[in-house]
Amino acid sequence: MKISRDEVMKIAHLARLEIDEDGIGSMTDQMGRILEYIDKLKDADVEGVGLSSGTALMNNVLRDDIPSGSPGPEVTLANAPERDQDFYTVPRVVK
Amino acid sequence: MELHELGIARAGKLLAERRISSLELTSALIERIEKHDDKLGAFLSVYKEKALGQARKADKDIAAGNFTPMTGIPVALKDLLCVNGMKTTCASKILENFIPRYDAHVVKKLNQAGAVIMGKTNMDEFAMGSSTENSAFKLTRNPWNPDHVPGGSSGGSAAAVAAGFCCAALGSDTGGSIRQPASHCGIVGLKPTYGRVSRFGLVSYASSLDQIGPMAGSVEDTAILLNTIAGHDKMDSTSAEKPVPDFTQAFEIFEKQGLKGMTAGIPEEYLAIEGLDPEVEKIFKDACRVLEDMGVKIRQISLPNTKYVVAAYYIIAPCEASSNLARFDGVKYGMRKADCEDMMDLYKKTRSEGFGSEVQRRILIGTFALSSGYYDAYYARASKVRTLIMQDFSNAFETCDIILSPVAPAPAFRLGEKTNDPLTMYLTDIFTLSANMAGVPGISVPAGFSDSGLPVGIQMMAGHFDEMTLFRAGYGFEKNNGLTRSFPEF
Repeated sequence: MKISRDEVMKIAHLARLEIDEDGIGSMTDQMGRILEYIDKLKDADVEGVGLSSGTALMNNVLRDDIPSGSPGPEVTLANAPERDQDFYTVPRVVK
Repeated sequence: MELHELGIARAGKLLAERRISSLELTSALIERIEKHDDKLGAFLSVYKEKALGQARKADKDIAAGNFTPMTGIPVALKDLLCVNGMKTTCASKILENFIPRYDAHVVKKLNQAGAVIMGKTNMDEFAMGSSTENSAFKLTRNPWNPDHVPGGSSGGSAAAVAAGFCCAALGSDTGGSIRQPASHCGIVGLKPTYGRVSRFGLVSYASSLDQIGPMAGSVEDTAILLNTIAGHDKMDSTSAEKPVPDFTQAFEIFEKQGLKGMTAGIPEEYLAIEGLDPEVEKIFKDACRVLEDMGVKIRQISLPNTKYVVAAYYIIAPCEASSNLARFDGVKYGMRKADCEDMMDLYKKTRSEGFGSEVQRRILIGTFALSSGYYDAYYARASKVRTLIMQDFSNAFETCDIILSPVAPAPAFRLGEKTNDPLTMYLTDIFTLSANMAGVPGISVPAGFSDSGLPVGIQMMAGHFDEMTLFRAGYGFEKNNGLTRSFPEF
Protein backbone atom coordinates (compact mmCIF):
# COMPACT_ATOMS: atom_id res chain seq x y z
CA MET A 1 0.00 0.00 0.00
CA LYS A 2 1.00 3.61 -0.39
CA ILE A 3 1.59 5.53 2.78
CA SER A 4 1.17 9.27 3.07
CA ARG A 5 3.51 11.81 4.58
CA ASP A 6 0.98 12.54 7.33
CA GLU A 7 0.69 8.86 8.19
CA VAL A 8 4.47 8.58 8.49
CA MET A 9 4.44 11.61 10.81
CA LYS A 10 1.72 9.98 12.93
CA ILE A 11 3.60 6.66 13.11
CA ALA A 12 6.81 8.51 13.98
CA HIS A 13 5.03 10.13 16.92
CA LEU A 14 3.78 6.73 18.13
CA ALA A 15 7.35 5.39 17.83
CA ARG A 16 8.70 8.45 19.66
CA LEU A 17 10.80 9.51 16.71
CA GLU A 18 11.15 12.92 15.16
CA ILE A 19 11.72 13.09 11.42
CA ASP A 20 12.83 16.44 10.08
CA GLU A 21 11.57 18.12 6.92
CA ASP A 22 14.57 16.93 4.89
CA GLY A 23 14.09 13.30 5.84
CA ILE A 24 10.33 12.90 5.67
CA GLY A 25 10.11 12.75 1.88
CA SER A 26 12.59 9.94 1.40
CA MET A 27 11.33 8.03 4.46
CA THR A 28 7.76 8.17 3.08
CA ASP A 29 8.99 7.03 -0.28
CA GLN A 30 11.09 4.15 1.08
CA MET A 31 8.39 2.96 3.48
CA GLY A 32 5.87 3.11 0.64
CA ARG A 33 8.02 0.89 -1.54
CA ILE A 34 8.67 -1.59 1.25
CA LEU A 35 4.96 -1.78 2.15
CA GLU A 36 4.06 -2.17 -1.50
CA TYR A 37 6.39 -5.18 -1.67
CA ILE A 38 4.90 -6.56 1.55
CA ASP A 39 1.46 -6.45 -0.09
CA LYS A 40 2.53 -9.77 -1.66
CA LEU A 41 1.34 -11.36 1.57
CA LYS A 42 -2.23 -10.69 0.44
CA ASP A 43 -1.80 -13.44 -2.16
CA ALA A 44 -0.95 -16.08 0.44
CA ASP A 45 -3.78 -18.46 1.23
CA VAL A 46 -3.93 -18.38 5.02
CA GLU A 47 -7.52 -19.54 5.36
CA GLY A 48 -7.70 -21.74 8.47
CA VAL A 49 -3.98 -21.34 9.24
CA GLY A 50 -3.06 -20.56 12.85
CA LEU A 51 -0.67 -17.93 14.12
CA SER A 52 2.86 -19.30 14.32
CA SER A 53 3.84 -20.52 17.73
CA GLY A 54 6.51 -23.01 16.91
CA THR A 55 10.05 -23.80 17.97
CA ALA A 56 10.80 -22.76 21.51
CA LEU A 57 7.56 -20.84 21.96
CA MET A 58 5.45 -23.97 22.45
CA ASN A 59 4.88 -23.91 26.17
CA ASN A 60 4.97 -21.45 28.98
CA VAL A 61 8.01 -21.63 31.20
CA LEU A 62 7.20 -21.15 34.85
CA ARG A 63 9.42 -21.00 37.92
CA ASP A 64 9.00 -20.40 41.61
CA ASP A 65 9.16 -16.79 42.63
CA ILE A 66 12.16 -16.86 44.96
CA PRO A 67 13.44 -13.50 46.22
CA SER A 68 17.13 -12.91 45.66
CA GLY A 69 19.54 -10.08 46.34
CA SER A 70 19.58 -6.84 44.39
CA PRO A 71 22.79 -5.73 42.71
CA GLY A 72 22.32 -2.37 44.44
CA PRO A 73 22.09 1.18 43.11
CA GLU A 74 25.76 1.49 42.12
CA VAL A 75 25.34 -1.32 39.61
CA THR A 76 21.78 -0.59 38.59
CA LEU A 77 22.40 3.09 38.00
CA ALA A 78 25.91 2.70 36.61
CA ASN A 79 24.78 3.64 33.10
CA ALA A 80 22.23 6.31 34.05
CA PRO A 81 22.66 9.31 31.76
CA GLU A 82 21.66 11.56 34.66
CA ARG A 83 21.11 10.68 38.29
CA ASP A 84 20.63 12.28 41.64
CA GLN A 85 21.95 9.97 44.36
CA ASP A 86 19.99 6.73 43.95
CA PHE A 87 17.44 8.08 41.48
CA TYR A 88 17.26 8.57 37.75
CA THR A 89 16.46 12.16 36.92
CA VAL A 90 14.24 13.21 34.04
CA PRO A 91 12.81 16.54 32.88
CA ARG A 92 9.87 17.82 34.89
CA VAL A 93 6.82 15.61 34.32
CA VAL A 94 4.15 17.55 36.24
CA LYS A 95 3.88 21.17 35.22
CA MET B 1 52.34 -22.45 9.93
CA GLU B 2 52.03 -19.03 11.52
CA LEU B 3 50.16 -18.42 14.75
CA HIS B 4 47.31 -16.48 13.12
CA GLU B 5 46.59 -19.41 10.82
CA LEU B 6 46.00 -21.95 13.57
CA GLY B 7 42.34 -21.72 14.51
CA ILE B 8 40.85 -23.42 17.58
CA ALA B 9 41.59 -27.12 17.09
CA ARG B 10 45.22 -26.79 16.02
CA ALA B 11 46.03 -24.05 18.53
CA GLY B 12 44.32 -26.11 21.24
CA LYS B 13 46.51 -29.08 20.43
CA LEU B 14 49.72 -27.03 20.48
CA LEU B 15 48.66 -25.36 23.74
CA ALA B 16 47.89 -28.71 25.35
CA GLU B 17 51.28 -30.03 24.24
CA ARG B 18 52.89 -26.86 25.63
CA ARG B 19 54.50 -26.15 22.26
CA ILE B 20 53.03 -22.65 22.24
CA SER B 21 51.62 -20.48 25.01
CA SER B 22 48.37 -18.57 24.97
CA LEU B 23 50.39 -15.45 25.72
CA GLU B 24 52.42 -15.92 22.53
CA LEU B 25 49.32 -16.65 20.49
CA THR B 26 47.27 -13.79 21.93
CA SER B 27 50.15 -11.31 21.56
CA ALA B 28 50.70 -12.33 17.95
CA LEU B 29 47.04 -11.83 17.09
CA ILE B 30 46.85 -8.48 18.86
CA GLU B 31 49.94 -7.36 17.00
CA ARG B 32 48.28 -8.42 13.75
CA ILE B 33 45.17 -6.39 14.64
CA GLU B 34 47.31 -3.36 15.53
CA LYS B 35 49.16 -3.65 12.25
CA HIS B 36 46.30 -4.31 9.86
CA ASP B 37 42.87 -3.53 11.29
CA ASP B 38 43.00 0.10 10.20
CA LYS B 39 42.66 -1.30 6.66
CA LEU B 40 39.70 -3.54 7.56
CA GLY B 41 37.79 -1.98 10.45
CA ALA B 42 36.74 -5.34 11.93
CA PHE B 43 36.99 -4.29 15.58
CA LEU B 44 35.15 -1.57 17.48
CA SER B 45 37.23 -2.17 20.59
CA VAL B 46 40.25 -4.27 21.50
CA TYR B 47 41.03 -5.04 25.14
CA LYS B 48 44.72 -5.76 24.94
CA GLU B 49 45.63 -5.81 28.64
CA LYS B 50 42.56 -7.81 29.65
CA ALA B 51 43.23 -10.32 26.88
CA LEU B 52 46.88 -10.71 27.82
CA GLY B 53 45.84 -11.19 31.44
CA GLN B 54 43.38 -13.93 30.44
CA ALA B 55 46.09 -15.52 28.30
CA ARG B 56 48.53 -15.62 31.24
CA LYS B 57 45.86 -17.19 33.41
CA ALA B 58 45.11 -19.75 30.68
CA ASP B 59 48.79 -20.68 30.49
CA LYS B 60 48.82 -21.32 34.24
CA ASP B 61 45.67 -23.44 34.01
CA ILE B 62 47.12 -25.46 31.15
CA ALA B 63 50.35 -25.98 33.09
CA ALA B 64 48.25 -27.25 35.99
CA GLY B 65 46.45 -29.66 33.68
CA ASN B 66 43.16 -27.82 34.13
CA PHE B 67 41.90 -26.93 30.68
CA THR B 68 39.21 -27.33 28.01
CA PRO B 69 39.46 -27.21 24.19
CA MET B 70 38.86 -23.43 24.44
CA THR B 71 41.42 -22.61 27.16
CA GLY B 72 43.79 -19.91 25.97
CA ILE B 73 42.00 -19.53 22.62
CA PRO B 74 41.56 -15.87 21.54
CA VAL B 75 38.04 -15.07 20.35
CA ALA B 76 36.18 -11.92 19.30
CA LEU B 77 32.58 -11.02 20.10
CA LYS B 78 30.02 -9.17 18.03
CA ASP B 79 29.38 -5.90 19.81
CA LEU B 80 25.86 -6.80 20.91
CA LEU B 81 26.99 -9.36 23.48
CA CYS B 82 27.28 -7.92 26.98
CA VAL B 83 30.59 -8.32 28.77
CA ASN B 84 30.90 -6.95 32.28
CA GLY B 85 33.10 -3.86 32.04
CA MET B 86 33.48 -3.85 28.24
CA LYS B 87 31.72 -1.29 26.12
CA THR B 88 28.77 -2.83 24.27
CA THR B 89 27.53 -0.42 21.63
CA CYS B 90 25.53 -2.45 19.09
CA ALA B 91 27.32 -0.10 16.68
CA SER B 92 24.77 2.55 17.67
CA LYS B 93 25.24 6.10 18.88
CA ILE B 94 22.50 5.48 21.41
CA LEU B 95 24.73 2.94 23.23
CA GLU B 96 28.05 4.58 22.45
CA ASN B 97 29.10 4.66 26.11
CA PHE B 98 27.14 1.73 27.48
CA ILE B 99 29.19 -0.51 29.75
CA PRO B 100 27.23 -3.56 30.91
CA ARG B 101 27.59 -4.68 34.49
CA TYR B 102 26.99 -8.35 33.77
CA ASP B 103 28.12 -11.04 31.34
CA ALA B 104 25.96 -12.60 28.64
CA HIS B 105 25.44 -16.33 29.20
CA VAL B 106 27.71 -17.18 26.26
CA VAL B 107 30.42 -14.93 27.69
CA LYS B 108 30.13 -16.68 31.05
CA LYS B 109 30.52 -20.00 29.24
CA LEU B 110 33.59 -18.76 27.35
CA ASN B 111 35.12 -17.49 30.58
CA GLN B 112 34.44 -20.78 32.35
CA ALA B 113 36.12 -22.58 29.45
CA GLY B 114 39.18 -20.34 29.76
CA ALA B 115 38.85 -18.55 26.41
CA VAL B 116 40.57 -15.20 25.83
CA ILE B 117 38.20 -12.38 24.86
CA MET B 118 40.09 -9.97 22.60
CA GLY B 119 37.43 -7.38 21.89
CA LYS B 120 34.21 -6.45 20.18
CA THR B 121 33.53 -6.46 16.47
CA ASN B 122 31.72 -4.08 14.17
CA MET B 123 28.20 -4.81 12.93
CA ASP B 124 25.16 -3.23 11.38
CA GLU B 125 23.50 -1.09 14.03
CA PHE B 126 21.38 -3.36 16.26
CA ALA B 127 22.09 -6.17 13.75
CA MET B 128 19.85 -4.55 11.15
CA GLY B 129 21.50 -4.88 7.78
CA SER B 130 23.34 -7.18 5.41
CA SER B 131 26.59 -5.27 4.83
CA THR B 132 27.83 -3.76 8.13
CA GLU B 133 27.43 -0.36 6.42
CA ASN B 134 24.77 0.56 8.97
CA SER B 135 27.35 0.83 11.75
CA ALA B 136 27.28 4.28 13.34
CA PHE B 137 31.05 4.17 13.87
CA LYS B 138 32.98 2.77 10.95
CA LEU B 139 32.97 0.79 7.74
CA THR B 140 34.26 -2.75 7.69
CA ARG B 141 35.89 -3.89 4.46
CA ASN B 142 35.92 -7.35 2.97
CA PRO B 143 39.35 -8.87 3.68
CA TRP B 144 39.42 -10.33 0.15
CA ASN B 145 38.72 -7.03 -1.56
CA PRO B 146 38.61 -3.74 0.35
CA ASP B 147 36.14 -2.18 -2.11
CA HIS B 148 33.51 -4.74 -1.15
CA VAL B 149 31.37 -5.22 1.95
CA PRO B 150 32.11 -8.09 4.35
CA GLY B 151 28.38 -8.87 4.53
CA GLY B 152 26.38 -8.38 7.68
CA SER B 153 25.22 -7.90 10.16
CA SER B 154 28.06 -9.85 11.84
CA GLY B 155 30.51 -8.40 9.29
CA GLY B 156 33.18 -7.44 11.81
CA SER B 157 33.27 -10.95 13.30
CA ALA B 158 33.48 -12.54 9.83
CA ALA B 159 36.24 -10.17 8.66
CA ALA B 160 38.20 -10.69 11.90
CA VAL B 161 38.15 -14.49 11.53
CA ALA B 162 38.95 -14.35 7.80
CA ALA B 163 41.88 -12.00 8.41
CA GLY B 164 43.35 -14.20 11.14
CA PHE B 165 42.80 -11.59 13.87
CA CYS B 166 41.23 -14.20 16.18
CA CYS B 167 40.84 -17.98 16.24
CA ALA B 168 37.05 -17.67 16.09
CA ALA B 169 34.23 -15.26 16.87
CA LEU B 170 30.64 -15.15 17.97
CA GLY B 171 27.97 -13.51 15.89
CA SER B 172 24.20 -13.38 15.97
CA ASP B 173 21.79 -14.36 13.23
CA THR B 174 18.24 -13.03 12.93
CA GLY B 175 17.85 -13.45 9.17
CA GLY B 176 21.26 -14.62 7.97
CA SER B 177 23.61 -12.33 9.89
CA ILE B 178 26.09 -15.13 10.67
CA ARG B 179 25.80 -17.22 7.52
CA GLN B 180 25.88 -14.45 4.91
CA PRO B 181 29.02 -12.63 6.15
CA ALA B 182 30.67 -16.05 6.67
CA SER B 183 29.97 -16.81 3.01
CA HIS B 184 31.20 -13.40 1.85
CA CYS B 185 34.42 -13.66 3.87
CA GLY B 186 35.24 -17.30 3.15
CA ILE B 187 34.75 -18.77 6.63
CA VAL B 188 32.29 -21.13 8.35
CA GLY B 189 29.28 -19.72 10.19
CA LEU B 190 26.52 -21.58 12.00
CA LYS B 191 23.11 -20.39 13.09
CA PRO B 192 22.09 -22.97 15.67
CA THR B 193 18.51 -24.13 16.19
CA TYR B 194 16.34 -21.52 17.88
CA GLY B 195 16.66 -22.38 21.57
CA ARG B 196 20.04 -24.15 21.34
CA VAL B 197 22.00 -21.21 22.80
CA SER B 198 20.87 -18.88 25.58
CA ARG B 199 20.43 -15.26 24.53
CA PHE B 200 20.71 -13.81 28.01
CA GLY B 201 22.92 -10.76 27.57
CA LEU B 202 22.40 -10.47 23.82
CA VAL B 203 20.87 -7.10 22.98
CA SER B 204 17.59 -8.13 21.37
CA TYR B 205 16.51 -7.26 17.86
CA ALA B 206 13.70 -9.70 16.94
CA SER B 207 13.24 -12.15 19.78
CA SER B 208 11.43 -14.94 17.93
CA LEU B 209 14.25 -15.07 15.37
CA ASP B 210 17.53 -14.04 17.08
CA GLN B 211 20.14 -16.71 17.73
CA ILE B 212 23.81 -16.53 18.78
CA GLY B 213 26.25 -18.73 16.90
CA PRO B 214 29.89 -19.54 16.16
CA MET B 215 32.00 -18.25 13.26
CA ALA B 216 35.36 -19.88 12.58
CA GLY B 217 37.88 -20.98 9.99
CA SER B 218 36.75 -24.59 9.82
CA VAL B 219 33.73 -26.78 10.51
CA GLU B 220 35.63 -28.47 13.33
CA ASP B 221 36.38 -25.15 15.06
CA THR B 222 32.74 -24.15 14.67
CA ALA B 223 31.65 -27.35 16.43
CA ILE B 224 34.12 -26.87 19.30
CA LEU B 225 32.83 -23.34 19.86
CA LEU B 226 29.20 -24.48 19.76
CA ASN B 227 30.02 -27.18 22.34
CA THR B 228 31.18 -24.38 24.62
CA ILE B 229 28.21 -22.03 24.33
CA ALA B 230 25.20 -24.35 23.85
CA GLY B 231 22.75 -25.46 26.50
CA HIS B 232 19.86 -24.43 28.67
CA ASP B 233 20.06 -21.35 30.86
CA LYS B 234 17.43 -20.43 33.37
CA MET B 235 17.87 -16.76 32.47
CA ASP B 236 16.53 -17.36 28.94
CA SER B 237 13.24 -19.22 29.05
CA THR B 238 13.39 -19.78 25.28
CA SER B 239 16.63 -21.79 25.63
CA ALA B 240 15.74 -25.44 25.25
CA GLU B 241 16.10 -27.99 28.02
CA LYS B 242 17.67 -30.46 25.65
CA PRO B 243 20.85 -32.39 26.22
CA VAL B 244 23.78 -30.97 24.25
CA PRO B 245 25.72 -33.69 22.44
CA ASP B 246 29.46 -33.39 21.81
CA PHE B 247 29.25 -31.99 18.30
CA THR B 248 32.76 -33.14 17.42
CA GLN B 249 31.33 -36.69 17.36
CA ALA B 250 30.02 -35.72 13.94
CA PHE B 251 33.56 -36.02 12.62
CA GLU B 252 34.00 -39.52 14.02
CA ILE B 253 30.74 -40.50 12.37
CA PHE B 254 32.05 -39.06 9.13
CA GLU B 255 35.37 -40.89 9.43
CA LYS B 256 33.47 -44.16 9.86
CA GLN B 257 30.57 -43.77 7.47
CA GLY B 258 31.31 -40.81 5.24
CA LEU B 259 28.09 -39.24 4.01
CA LYS B 260 26.60 -42.49 2.79
CA GLY B 261 22.88 -42.82 3.38
CA MET B 262 22.38 -39.05 3.54
CA THR B 263 19.75 -37.37 1.38
CA ALA B 264 19.98 -33.69 0.44
CA GLY B 265 17.07 -31.69 -0.92
CA ILE B 266 17.40 -28.76 -3.29
CA PRO B 267 14.33 -26.51 -3.23
CA GLU B 268 13.14 -26.00 -6.79
CA GLU B 269 12.01 -22.48 -5.91
CA TYR B 270 15.54 -21.41 -4.92
CA LEU B 271 17.28 -21.82 -8.23
CA ALA B 272 14.46 -20.03 -10.03
CA ILE B 273 15.07 -16.89 -8.02
CA GLU B 274 15.52 -13.71 -10.01
CA GLY B 275 18.94 -12.15 -9.64
CA LEU B 276 20.83 -15.37 -8.87
CA ASP B 277 24.37 -14.67 -10.03
CA PRO B 278 25.57 -17.26 -12.61
CA GLU B 279 28.91 -17.69 -10.80
CA VAL B 280 27.14 -18.39 -7.51
CA GLU B 281 24.83 -20.82 -9.29
CA LYS B 282 27.81 -22.63 -10.80
CA ILE B 283 29.68 -22.86 -7.48
CA PHE B 284 26.49 -24.15 -5.87
CA LYS B 285 25.94 -26.81 -8.52
CA ASP B 286 29.58 -27.90 -8.33
CA ALA B 287 29.21 -28.20 -4.57
CA CYS B 288 26.14 -30.39 -5.00
CA ARG B 289 28.16 -32.60 -7.32
CA VAL B 290 30.94 -32.93 -4.73
CA LEU B 291 28.37 -34.12 -2.21
CA GLU B 292 26.78 -36.44 -4.74
CA ASP B 293 30.17 -37.98 -5.52
CA MET B 294 30.53 -38.68 -1.81
CA GLY B 295 27.36 -40.74 -1.88
CA VAL B 296 24.79 -38.13 -0.89
CA LYS B 297 21.48 -38.69 -2.64
CA ILE B 298 20.33 -35.40 -4.13
CA ARG B 299 16.65 -34.82 -4.76
CA GLN B 300 14.53 -31.89 -5.72
CA ILE B 301 12.14 -30.69 -3.06
CA SER B 302 9.60 -27.89 -2.85
CA LEU B 303 9.28 -25.06 -0.34
CA PRO B 304 6.19 -23.53 -1.94
CA ASN B 305 5.95 -20.49 0.35
CA THR B 306 9.44 -19.23 -0.49
CA LYS B 307 7.86 -16.36 -2.44
CA TYR B 308 6.43 -14.91 0.79
CA VAL B 309 9.49 -15.30 3.00
CA VAL B 310 11.03 -11.84 2.54
CA ALA B 311 7.69 -10.04 2.94
CA ALA B 312 6.71 -12.00 6.06
CA TYR B 313 10.15 -11.54 7.61
CA TYR B 314 10.16 -7.79 7.01
CA ILE B 315 6.92 -7.53 8.98
CA ILE B 316 7.72 -9.89 11.85
CA ALA B 317 11.29 -8.68 12.49
CA PRO B 318 10.45 -4.93 12.45
CA CYS B 319 7.38 -5.48 14.66
CA GLU B 320 9.51 -7.21 17.27
CA ALA B 321 12.25 -4.61 16.84
CA SER B 322 9.86 -1.71 17.38
CA SER B 323 8.87 -3.27 20.68
CA ASN B 324 12.38 -4.34 21.77
CA LEU B 325 13.94 -0.98 20.96
CA ALA B 326 11.31 0.96 22.90
CA ARG B 327 13.60 0.52 25.93
CA PHE B 328 16.09 3.01 24.50
CA ASP B 329 14.53 6.20 25.76
CA GLY B 330 17.39 8.15 27.29
CA VAL B 331 16.34 7.48 30.88
CA LYS B 332 18.02 4.40 32.31
CA TYR B 333 21.07 3.94 30.11
CA GLY B 334 22.57 5.05 26.85
CA MET B 335 22.62 8.44 25.24
CA ARG B 336 20.44 11.30 26.39
CA LYS B 337 19.86 14.45 24.42
CA ALA B 338 20.51 17.46 26.64
CA ASP B 339 18.17 20.38 27.33
CA CYS B 340 14.84 18.76 26.60
CA GLU B 341 11.63 20.50 27.60
CA ASP B 342 9.65 17.51 28.75
CA MET B 343 9.58 13.72 28.58
CA MET B 344 8.13 13.52 25.06
CA ASP B 345 10.80 15.89 23.84
CA LEU B 346 13.47 13.80 25.60
CA TYR B 347 12.27 10.53 24.06
CA LYS B 348 11.94 11.89 20.56
CA LYS B 349 15.18 13.86 20.43
CA THR B 350 17.22 11.08 22.05
CA ARG B 351 15.86 8.35 19.78
CA SER B 352 16.03 10.40 16.58
CA GLU B 353 19.61 11.37 17.20
CA GLY B 354 20.67 8.05 18.71
CA PHE B 355 19.29 5.66 16.08
CA GLY B 356 20.55 5.52 12.50
CA SER B 357 18.23 5.63 9.51
CA GLU B 358 17.83 1.86 8.94
CA VAL B 359 16.95 1.31 12.58
CA GLN B 360 14.44 4.17 12.44
CA ARG B 361 12.98 2.75 9.23
CA ARG B 362 12.44 -0.68 10.80
CA ILE B 363 10.97 0.83 13.97
CA LEU B 364 8.55 2.81 11.81
CA ILE B 365 7.54 -0.20 9.70
CA GLY B 366 7.01 -2.24 12.87
CA THR B 367 5.06 0.51 14.61
CA PHE B 368 2.91 0.95 11.51
CA ALA B 369 2.18 -2.78 11.20
CA LEU B 370 1.23 -3.03 14.87
CA SER B 371 -0.81 0.17 14.94
CA SER B 372 -4.55 0.16 15.41
CA GLY B 373 -6.41 -1.23 12.40
CA TYR B 374 -3.42 -2.85 10.70
CA TYR B 375 -2.60 -5.78 12.98
CA ASP B 376 -4.67 -8.37 11.09
CA ALA B 377 -3.53 -7.27 7.66
CA TYR B 378 0.16 -7.29 8.55
CA TYR B 379 1.42 -8.97 11.71
CA ALA B 380 -1.28 -11.64 11.98
CA ARG B 381 -1.04 -12.45 8.28
CA ALA B 382 2.78 -12.60 8.38
CA SER B 383 2.59 -14.87 11.42
CA LYS B 384 0.23 -17.24 9.59
CA VAL B 385 2.51 -17.24 6.56
CA ARG B 386 5.32 -18.14 8.95
CA THR B 387 3.27 -21.17 10.03
CA LEU B 388 3.10 -22.19 6.37
CA ILE B 389 6.87 -21.76 6.01
CA MET B 390 7.41 -23.96 9.07
CA GLN B 391 5.14 -26.59 7.54
CA ASP B 392 7.10 -26.42 4.28
CA PHE B 393 10.25 -27.28 6.23
CA SER B 394 8.63 -30.09 8.24
CA ASN B 395 7.34 -31.61 5.01
CA ALA B 396 10.73 -31.25 3.34
CA PHE B 397 12.59 -32.94 6.20
CA GLU B 398 10.35 -35.98 5.82
CA THR B 399 12.12 -36.67 2.55
CA CYS B 400 15.66 -35.38 3.14
CA ASP B 401 18.22 -34.95 5.93
CA ILE B 402 19.60 -31.62 4.81
CA ILE B 403 18.50 -28.83 2.49
CA LEU B 404 21.14 -27.27 0.25
CA SER B 405 21.08 -23.75 -1.11
CA PRO B 406 23.31 -20.81 -1.94
CA VAL B 407 23.82 -18.43 1.01
CA ALA B 408 23.43 -15.17 -0.89
CA PRO B 409 22.36 -14.64 -4.50
CA ALA B 410 25.68 -12.96 -5.40
CA PRO B 411 29.19 -12.52 -3.98
CA ALA B 412 29.77 -9.54 -1.66
CA PHE B 413 28.64 -6.33 -3.35
CA ARG B 414 30.60 -3.10 -3.50
CA LEU B 415 30.60 -0.67 -0.59
CA GLY B 416 27.84 1.89 -1.15
CA GLU B 417 26.22 -0.10 -3.95
CA LYS B 418 22.93 -0.76 -2.17
CA THR B 419 22.82 1.77 0.65
CA ASN B 420 20.19 3.98 -0.96
CA ASP B 421 17.81 1.17 -1.70
CA PRO B 422 16.75 -0.72 1.42
CA LEU B 423 14.30 -3.00 -0.40
CA THR B 424 16.97 -4.32 -2.80
CA MET B 425 19.18 -5.04 0.20
CA TYR B 426 16.30 -6.93 1.90
CA LEU B 427 15.78 -9.11 -1.18
CA THR B 428 19.35 -10.43 -0.97
CA ASP B 429 18.38 -12.21 2.28
CA ILE B 430 16.10 -14.67 0.47
CA PHE B 431 18.11 -17.87 1.12
CA THR B 432 18.89 -17.27 4.76
CA LEU B 433 15.64 -15.87 6.22
CA SER B 434 13.75 -19.17 6.11
CA ALA B 435 15.96 -20.93 8.66
CA ASN B 436 15.15 -18.19 11.17
CA MET B 437 11.46 -18.24 10.29
CA ALA B 438 11.34 -22.02 10.75
CA GLY B 439 13.75 -22.05 13.72
CA VAL B 440 16.01 -24.67 12.11
CA PRO B 441 19.83 -24.65 12.10
CA GLY B 442 21.83 -23.55 9.07
CA ILE B 443 25.53 -23.56 8.29
CA SER B 444 27.53 -21.71 5.66
CA VAL B 445 30.64 -23.51 4.43
CA PRO B 446 33.15 -22.05 1.92
CA ALA B 447 32.59 -23.52 -1.55
CA GLY B 448 34.75 -21.49 -3.91
CA PHE B 449 35.75 -18.09 -5.22
CA SER B 450 34.22 -15.92 -7.90
CA ASP B 451 36.38 -14.98 -10.90
CA SER B 452 37.06 -11.66 -9.20
CA GLY B 453 38.43 -13.45 -6.14
CA LEU B 454 35.52 -13.11 -3.73
CA PRO B 455 34.58 -16.11 -1.56
CA VAL B 456 31.23 -17.87 -2.00
CA GLY B 457 29.74 -20.34 0.48
CA ILE B 458 26.95 -22.87 0.35
CA GLN B 459 24.26 -23.29 2.95
CA MET B 460 23.08 -26.51 4.55
CA MET B 461 19.99 -26.58 6.75
CA ALA B 462 18.75 -29.44 8.92
CA GLY B 463 15.79 -30.25 11.18
CA HIS B 464 15.39 -28.78 14.66
CA PHE B 465 18.30 -29.59 16.98
CA ASP B 466 20.07 -31.61 14.31
CA GLU B 467 23.28 -29.55 14.13
CA MET B 468 25.11 -32.89 14.26
CA THR B 469 24.04 -33.70 10.71
CA LEU B 470 25.16 -30.25 9.54
CA PHE B 471 28.59 -30.74 11.09
CA ARG B 472 28.93 -34.17 9.51
CA ALA B 473 27.89 -32.97 6.06
CA GLY B 474 29.81 -29.70 6.36
CA TYR B 475 32.97 -31.48 7.48
CA GLY B 476 32.69 -33.99 4.65
CA PHE B 477 32.17 -31.23 2.12
CA GLU B 478 35.08 -29.21 3.50
CA LYS B 479 37.40 -32.22 3.16
CA ASN B 480 36.41 -32.94 -0.42
CA ASN B 481 35.76 -29.59 -2.08
CA GLY B 482 39.37 -29.06 -3.10
CA LEU B 483 39.75 -25.82 -1.10
CA THR B 484 42.39 -25.31 1.54
CA ARG B 485 42.05 -22.49 3.98
CA SER B 486 43.86 -19.41 2.78
CA PHE B 487 44.28 -15.95 4.22
CA PRO B 488 43.93 -12.65 2.39
CA GLU B 489 47.14 -10.69 1.91
CA PHE B 490 47.50 -7.21 3.32
